[in-house]
Formats: sequence, C-alpha cells, structure tokens
Amino acid sequence: MHYFWVPFLPMLGIIVPLFANKLNRSACTLATALLPALALCFIFLDLPAVLAGESFSKSIEWIPQLGLALSFRLDGLAALFSILILGIGLLVILYARYYLSEKDHMGRFYCYLIMFMAAMLGIVMSNNMLQLWFYWELTSISSFLLIGFWSHNSDARKGARMALTITGAGGLALLAGIILLGQVVGSYELDVVLNSGELVKQSPYYIAILSLFLIGAFTKSAQFPFHFWLPHAMAAPTPVSAYLHSATMVKAGIFLLARFYPVLAGTETWFVVVSLTGLFTMLLGAYTALFKHDLKGLLAYSTISHLGLIVLLLGLNTELAAIAAIFHIMNHAVFKASLFMAAGIIDHESGSRDMRKINGLWKYMPITATLAMVASASMAGVPLLNGFLSKEMFFAETLEQSILGSMSWLIPVLATIAAAFSVAYSLRFIHDVFFNGEPKGLTKTPHEPPRYMRVPVEILVTICLLVGIFPNYTIGPLLQSTSLAVLNHTLPEYSLAIWHGLNLPLLMSGVAIMGGVAIYLNRKHLFKFAGMFPDIDAKLVFEDCIQACVTWAQKITMILENGSLQRYAFCLCFFALLLIAPPLFELDTTRGSLPGTPLNAAVLVAAILIIAGSLATIIWSHYRLIALLMLSLVGLVVSITFAYFSAPDLALTQLSVEIVTVILLLLALYFFPQQTPTSKSRPSHFVRDLTVASFIGCIIGSICFALMTHPLDSISAFFLANAKTGGGGTNVVNVILVDFRGFDTFGEITVLGIAALGIHKLIARMRLSVRTKDYAGRLWAKDKYPVLLSVVSQSLLPLFLLISAYIFMRGHNLPGGGFIAGLITSIALIQQYLAHGVDWMAKRVSVSYHYMIAIGLTIAGLTGLGSWIFDRPFLTSWFEYVSLPWIGKFELASALVFDIGVYFTVIGATLLILASLGKLTTTERLTVGER
Amino acid sequence: MELVYAICVGFMSTCGIFLMLRGHTFTLVIGLTLLSYAVNLFLFASGGLTIGAPAVLSSSENHADPLPQALVLTAIVIGFAMTAFAVILAMRGRADLGSDHVDGIEPFDPLAEDKS
Repeated sequence: MHYFWVPFLPMLGIIVPLFANKLNRSACTLATALLPALALCFIFLDLPAVLAGESFSKSIEWIPQLGLALSFRLDGLAALFSILILGIGLLVILYARYYLSEKDHMGRFYCYLIMFMAAMLGIVMSNNMLQLWFYWELTSISSFLLIGFWSHNSDARKGARMALTITGAGGLALLAGIILLGQVVGSYELDVVLNSGELVKQSPYYIAILSLFLIGAFTKSAQFPFHFWLPHAMAAPTPVSAYLHSATMVKAGIFLLARFYPVLAGTETWFVVVSLTGLFTMLLGAYTALFKHDLKGLLAYSTISHLGLIVLLLGLNTELAAIAAIFHIMNHAVFKASLFMAAGIIDHESGSRDMRKINGLWKYMPITATLAMVASASMAGVPLLNGFLSKEMFFAETLEQSILGSMSWLIPVLATIAAAFSVAYSLRFIHDVFFNGEPKGLTKTPHEPPRYMRVPVEILVTICLLVGIFPNYTIGPLLQSTSLAVLNHTLPEYSLAIWHGLNLPLLMSGVAIMGGVAIYLNRKHLFKFAGMFPDIDAKLVFEDCIQACVTWAQKITMILENGSLQRYAFCLCFFALLLIAPPLFELDTTRGSLPGTPLNAAVLVAAILIIAGSLATIIWSHYRLIALLMLSLVGLVVSITFAYFSAPDLALTQLSVEIVTVILLLLALYFFPQQTPTSKSRPSHFVRDLTVASFIGCIIGSICFALMTHPLDSISAFFLANAKTGGGGTNVVNVILVDFRGFDTFGEITVLGIAALGIHKLIARMRLSVRTKDYAGRLWAKDKYPVLLSVVSQSLLPLFLLISAYIFMRGHNLPGGGFIAGLITSIALIQQYLAHGVDWMAKRVSVSYHYMIAIGLTIAGLTGLGSWIFDRPFLTSWFEYVSLPWIGKFELASALVFDIGVYFTVIGATLLILASLGKLTTTERLTVGER
Repeated sequence: MELVYAICVGFMSTCGIFLMLRGHTFTLVIGLTLLSYAVNLFLFASGGLTIGAPAVLSSSENHADPLPQALVLTAIVIGFAMTAFAVILAMRGRADLGSDHVDGIEPFDPLAEDKS
C-alpha cells in the first residue's frame, strides 16, 4: 500500500526547491529530484500486484454529505501515467539543470514543475471525481506559471494566459459534467462510477454529461477547435514543453477519456463525436506541422496531430482500438519528450530554432543528431521503433470501422494521408536541421551539449528502440494491465509482434512512408501553395475575443451597477415586490373568516390623523423641519394606537422613543440643509418610485388585513399560562422579554450598544460646518439656554427619576420594565443637556456612557451566567417571595437583575448617541462664532 | 376596524418607501422612520386587535397576544438605534463628501447654496 503516499510526496516536494535554491545548481537539482524519485520507487513497489491485474483504492472521508473525500487509487491506467509523469519528470529535472541559464530562477522553476507533477499525479490517481477536478484545475494553474515562466517575454505571458483561459474554461465545463454525473450515479467515487456505465448511458443527462466531459478533455488535449493554445504555449522554456506537451498536460484530456471510457464510451454519439474530432485534428495538425519553420512549432503541431490520433482511436468502436490508444500514449510520450529535448539542445547550443537558419548540424553535434533522428523515425512510424507498432495497430483498427456507413473506407485513407504528412514533417525535422547545407546567420557556432544534458534524451531513445524491438518483454505486461483498467473487463486477443505477415496495415505503413518522402521532395510547391493562404494569428483573434468580452461585461456592469445608491434602493424594492407578490395571488380572498371588530369614531380619527400625517410628511418633505414635525405626529398617533389596542408597554416605549428620536433628528437637522433642493428629482423617477412604493404599500396592507382576519394558532397561550408560574410575573410582555426570550433581549441590547459605539466613532473627528441662519435668513436664537427651561427641567429631574424607578420596579407585574425606565431616565438627562448644555452636564455627570453600556451588558451577561452555577442553562430565571418587617411581602427575581442590565444599556446607548451629537453642535457653534 | 388599520399600515409603508427612494439622506431617514412605524404596527397586528385587555394577568378574562408585543417592543428600541445610525452616517457622509445626496454628489448641478 505504498501508492497512497505517492501523490503526497511531490506535494511535499513543492517547497524543497525553494529552500534548496541557495545550494549550488547540481545540489538543488538533486534535492528536487529526491522526492519524485522516492514516489517512483513506491509505484514500482506496488507495480507487480498491479501487473497481476489488481487495483487498489483507499479513501479517507472528509465531508461525506457532499461526496468529498481524500481518495486515491492505483490500477493499470494510473500506474502507467504515474510512471510517465514521474519518469519523464525526473528526466526533465535533470535536463532543466543544464537548460536553464544563470539568470533564470532555478528554485522557482523547479517549484512550479513539481507543483505541476503533483497535480498530474493527483489527476491520474484520484479515486474521487471532485478531487480529480481539483487536481485538474491545479494543472491549469501550474501550467500557466510554467508557460509564463519567462514573464519578461510578452509572447510567454500571452501564451500562458491563452492556455489558462482555454483549459480553465474547459475545467469549468468538466466540473459541471462531474456534478451531473455524480448526481446521476449518486456517488463521486470512481469505484462506483466506473461500474455504473449502463445507468449513465440510459440517463436523460447522458448527452449533457458527455458534452461537458468532452469539452474538458478536448480543451486540455488541444483538440480542434480548441487546439490553438498549444502552439502558443511553446513560448515556455523547452523543458516545460518536453514535459507538459508530450507526456503530461495534454495527455490529461486523453487520460480523462480513457478513465471514463467504461462509463461514457460505447454509444453512437461517443463514436461519431470523438472519432471525427480526433480524425480532423490529426489531419489538421499533421498538415500544419509541415509548414512550421520553428522547430518547436513543428513539434507542437505534430503533438496536436498525435493527440488527434489517440482521440480517434478512443473514438473507434472496437476494444482493440482502445488498447492501441493506450499503447500510443506511451510511445508518443517517450519519443515526443526526447524530440522536444533535442530541439531544446539545438536551440541552446546554436541560438536559434528557425529551420531556415539551422542546417547541416550533423557536423557539429553528431550524437544529438543521431538521437533526434531515431526519435523522429519513431514519430514517423518506421519499423523497429515503438512508433511503428502503435501505428500499425492504429491502421489495423481504422480498417475495421463502420461508423461512416458506406463511406467508412474514408477513415483508413485519411489516416494514411495523415501518416504520410507525419512522415514528411519528421523527414523535414531530420533533413532540414541536420543536413541541407550549412547554417545561415547563426550567432554562435553550434556544438554538442554538456554530457548530462544529453542523458535524458539517450534514455528515452533507448526506450524507443527497446519497445520497438522487444515489445512483449518491455511494455507488454503494463499495456495489458492498463487496458484492463480502461476496458473494465476481460481483454480481447491482441499481439504485439513486429511482423504480422504481409497484410493491409503493413501496406498502409509502406504507402505512408513513400507518400511522406514524396511530399517532402515536392515541398517547394507545397510551401508555395500554403503561402497563398493568409496567416491567421490565433493570438490576435483570441485577444480580440477577450477584449470584446471585457467590453461587453463592462457594459452590463454599467447597466446593473452605475454607482447610484438611489438606483440600488429602487432595484431592491422592485425585486422585493416581484418576490412577495406571487404567493399572494394564490390566496383566494383577503378577508378571512374571523369576524371584524366594529369601527368606532376614535379609531377613525386616529386613522385620519395617521394618513394625513404621512401625506403631509411626503408633501412637505422639502421643508425638512415641517416634515419632521408631521412625522412626530404620526409617531404620537402610533403610540396612542398601541395604548388603545391593549399594549400599554408598547405605548410607553413608543412614546419615549419618539421623544428621543425627534430630538436626535432635530439635532441632526441643525447640520443639514434646512430644505431639500426641489428641482433635482426627475419626473420619471417620481412616477416610478411612487408606483413601486404604492404597490408595496398595497401588498403590505393586504397581508396585514389577511393576517388579522384569518384564524391563527399561536404559541402565545403558553406564555400566558406560564408567565406567573414559571417567570414569576403577571406582565406577560415583560416576562417574555426578560425571561422566556431573555437571550433574544440580551442580543438586542448588545446590538443597541454596538450601534451606539459605532455612532460615537462616526461622530469622532467629523468636520461639519453649520450655518448661522436658518433657511429664511433668520439668525438662531441668542438665548442658548432659556432660563425657564433650565429651572423647570432641573426641578423635574427628581420626579422623572422617581417615575422611572417606579416604572422599572413594577415592570415585572404591571406595564413597565427596563427598556421603558431606561428611556425615561434618558429623556430626563437629555432634557438637562438641552437646558444647560454639554459642558454644564460634563461637570456634573462624571460617568462615561461607554462604561454604562459595558456595565449594563456585563450585568445582563453575568445574570445569565449565574444560572450555570446551579447547573441550569444560560439565563434560567429564579424568583422567590420574601417578607421583611415593615415592607411586607415582595418578590426577588433574577430577571430583575437582568432588567437592570437592560436599563443601564439603554441609558448608556441613548445618551452616548445624543451626547456625542450634542457635543458636536457645541464645538461647531463655537468655531463658527469665532469666524 | 381591521380594514382601516390595514389601510393605515399600507399607506404609511407607501409613504415611507417613497421617501426612502428619494435622493437626499435626511428625507431617507424620515422615510425609514415612517416605514419602521408601519412595520411595527404590522407586526403588532399579527396578534389581532384587542381592546381593553392588556396582557397583564388577573386584569381581565381575555388577554391580548403578548408575543407580538414583546417582539415589537425590542423592535422599537432597535429601530431607534438604526435610525440614529443612519442619520449619523448621513451626517458623516455630508461631512466627508460635501453633499447630502445618497450618491455622494448631486445628480445635476453641484450644491450651490447649501455649502457654506
């Protein structure tokens, strides 16, 4: 069970190069390679069991409700890819040691590379689809960093951005597909999903799932029409190309197709879409590759072509084709990685990748030339090399096809044409670079690379030869177990021989090689022909599209979000209206079954006052003082309404809050313009707002009416029954506040305290100028603190405090309580502020209102905590009746202590707000007076 | 009576929301206060309208529903805190931005007479 550690080792290895960077280059390389090498050893330790046909999986639950788990598996397919990823990865690490120059930040490069390696391993070993997707995105991000490694280079930046956009978008499609698939199967674990092929194919979502998966795979594996990012990703350092664009990144899409082959393949749609996409991509890539003058450009298009070939194989409806596809995955990874490395050596040692300049290098670097020639020959499918074997299998499979009906013979023909082009560009790679005259215009004399830079290429080319000559001994077992993993059941018969006798596939190979030579010999005419077509730069097209998207998004943003709060407020109301209106249409009648209360004159008068007051507030809203007075009229009637409808507590609260609010607003108005500018409101907005407001008013009124007339079963009976026995009070409203719902009240006074502190901070250091006259040009009254008010308010203070104490004490049994008493005390103190000014009060009231809030909250909180001492839940109340001589029998209740907390918090908050604001008027007035 | 009550609540909401949609902060605060009156009355009405029977035990046979009353009581106090916060925020906005329009600037011409 070593495999479980494999994905974690490179994860850990990400940080190694960052620390090892301080060492010398070779030591850094060695340190970086250590953990991946260990991971590779672990794979090899488990390999015998895998080759024997076993598959392992292990998962650690994380959030089972969401199907999230840390889950890895090792079967033939995962093992094959892991070996490719780690093996070629190690070779690339060695190669990059010589490729990177002194100026490049080696630690950073290795860090990205190992991150990419870890992500790829995660993809191939994940046993959970969501986890697979996570790694999938990680490859997009790390490949972005790798492609853009030379970030000073504009092409690198653009290429990286393009790759990220395309593969990232594909990743999102894949996520959607995975979620759909997970919903259909009911699990995200691959063990389950891979055995639910029939269920998925019969599901109505099959087409959607397939399309989303294919978009994900095709973007990653550079299939038409998403292929254009790959050539631009060649701006990356060559080790990156050798790694990402031969063995790993672009194979991730293929891996996805292979991994989900048992689930998604086997339907008509799969065959048609996958095989035709692959076929077209193969032809397009092979044709385009021939005309690329850039060495890496040629290899990039050749990669696209070979990826198309593999996709085509996966799309053919025979199981042997899938086996051929797997075989070609290995072969292509090996010969393409070595070719990229060879191209990198040539670039590194001759200073150019342009095939019009680099000619005749045979003389300068014979060993590299030999290696590159063998690898190219493998790419072309020359016998005795690994490329030949898989190509033979490919040809054989194309002959078995019937997906195009009577036109199915086209497939082998087109395959042969593509193979001919493949031979032609391989030939060009060999002939143009190593022969064909002398180098032209090179800045330095080409020479052989450092000894160890060539080692990775040598190893890979040796593998090409070994697999090509002794396929059964080298690759046979791994191929077999991988095919088993892909097909998910017993394997069909196949043979890995070099010689199958004289048959049609051999003929096709022969034709392709001859054709390729013929095409290459006539290349002048072909180049001329290709030159007649305009050269479309995918980068420009792509940038234009992105730019158009950005412009479009900006336009939409401007429509939705133009920075006007007024508009947002309207939208909020409008959409609230849209949301609350529809359920009302389902109610048959507004009037319910309850009998109404008869109307009387008092209520009618109150209603008229409310409507007139509200209307007057609107009409005179430009004259702010008058609007404020009208508003206070409405507030007064509201408190009378509460009193009339049996809510004395509410009436008292509303009345005292009303006073505080009006004083606050009057104080604030002192700093605002006295009138609202009239001409500013657009008539259309006026109508629009009035309409929405009216509709909302109608709806609120209707709901209110329906609520009052429909029978309602409420939990209030509980409170009425238990207030006396459980809470020890007869005023049920107060008992609810301090006892039954004491925790809510505790939260509410906390909010009150927070609001007060927030206001205090807002007022701090606020610079506001005030005018010395009112809107009509009258000066403010000179008499700041009228004598009459001072005297009366001072003499009223004890009375006020007495009343508030009385209201507080009786609160538990009769209307009153901490809230109301607190407000009354606040009003008494505010009156002193009004009559005497802030400075006068500051001398006499030494307590800070911040502390008062804190004390109040602490008292309330401690009362709640006190019940813990008696092993009761937070805020459990206690009460007892005690008798004392002279005073008589009275009640002691813990709720009363809680109410004291409420009392202090309310006083503290109210006075902190008003005193801070009042202080501002005093200081501001002084500064204006001095002016 | 219920009908009249509901009309009043609806009308107050309309006026409150209309004022809240205006462009100047002080008007908005007035609208907010008016709307909170309406909302309090609305919540209060969910317990039905009862006359002469406060939720004080032993005062009468029937009792008004105490639960909405308790809810509304805290709502009134919190509503005050909210109004206070809104109006102070509006003042701060005027102090820092030089305008008492909700968008920070007057939509058409800059505040001419009010800036002193």
